[in-house]
Amino acid sequence: MSRQRRSHAAAFAALGHATRLSLVAKLSNGRPHSIAQLTGGFKLSRQAITKHLRVLEGAGIVHGVRAGRQSLFALDPQPIKEIQEYLDLVSRQWDGALARLKAFVED
Amino acid sequence: MTDCIEKRIELAAPVSRVWRALTDHREFGAWFRVKLDGPFVPGEVSRGHITYPGYEHIQWEAVVRAMEPERLFSFTWHPYAVDPGVDYSSEPPTLVEFRLEPTAGGTLLVLTESGFDAIPAGRRLEAFRMNDGGWTQQMKNIESHVAPKA
Repeated sequence: MSRQRRSHAAAFAALGHATRLSLVAKLSNGRPHSIAQLTGGFKLSRQAITKHLRVLEGAGIVHGVRAGRQSLFALDPQPIKEIQEYLDLVSRQWDGALARLKAFVED
Repeated sequence: MTDCIEKRIELAAPVSRVWRALTDHREFGAWFRVKLDGPFVPGEVSRGHITYPGYEHIQWEAVVRAMEPERLFSFTWHPYAVDPGVDYSSEPPTLVEFRLEPTAGGTLLVLTESGFDAIPAGRRLEAFRMNDGGWTQQMKNIESHVAPKA
């Protein structure tokens, strides 16, 4: 439980950045991409993109893949799925609480 | 899909009644299922324990932020902080806001919970503007990717 919560916080924080969200979107077709491919379309250096990829990697959202001499990055959808499930859980708890509030004030 | 939860609910009761149910700590406790040690005071920590069956071992702790009579009640807390062995105080809290609006039939209650991504609101807005299609579209993309393939 505690480890999972930490990974939620890390995943939320990692995704709370425009560049990193765009990188995730680029990777969301499921295919590994090279840093050159990922840098295309950004006004950012390869170094800057690599730094963002490391943050995503730290949160378990992407991982590096070696393809010959090339270093590629691929998406791990699991942490994103987990934070969606977490938000759904909190959301359902509010549904329950608000239904009780409704019964309470309308009684 | 977003980093903010929003719920809108119509209540067949006047705003004054809903306000009391939200901000009187005993009334809040009755429907939220928490026994609070004392009244809500803006800027102060509210403590108590959950009375929901099976969760009685869980402490309630929140910091009351805004109490604008019959308009806005807000607090920060750690959602779903259910593991007594974990110190949640080092984690960034989320902000819960209850907004009330009078309607013909009673009260419109809008609940939001935000801050899950632990990024200051100003920077988050900036990120939203910079991001073509925004968070919602990105999450849709991701969702279609993570959804089990038929």
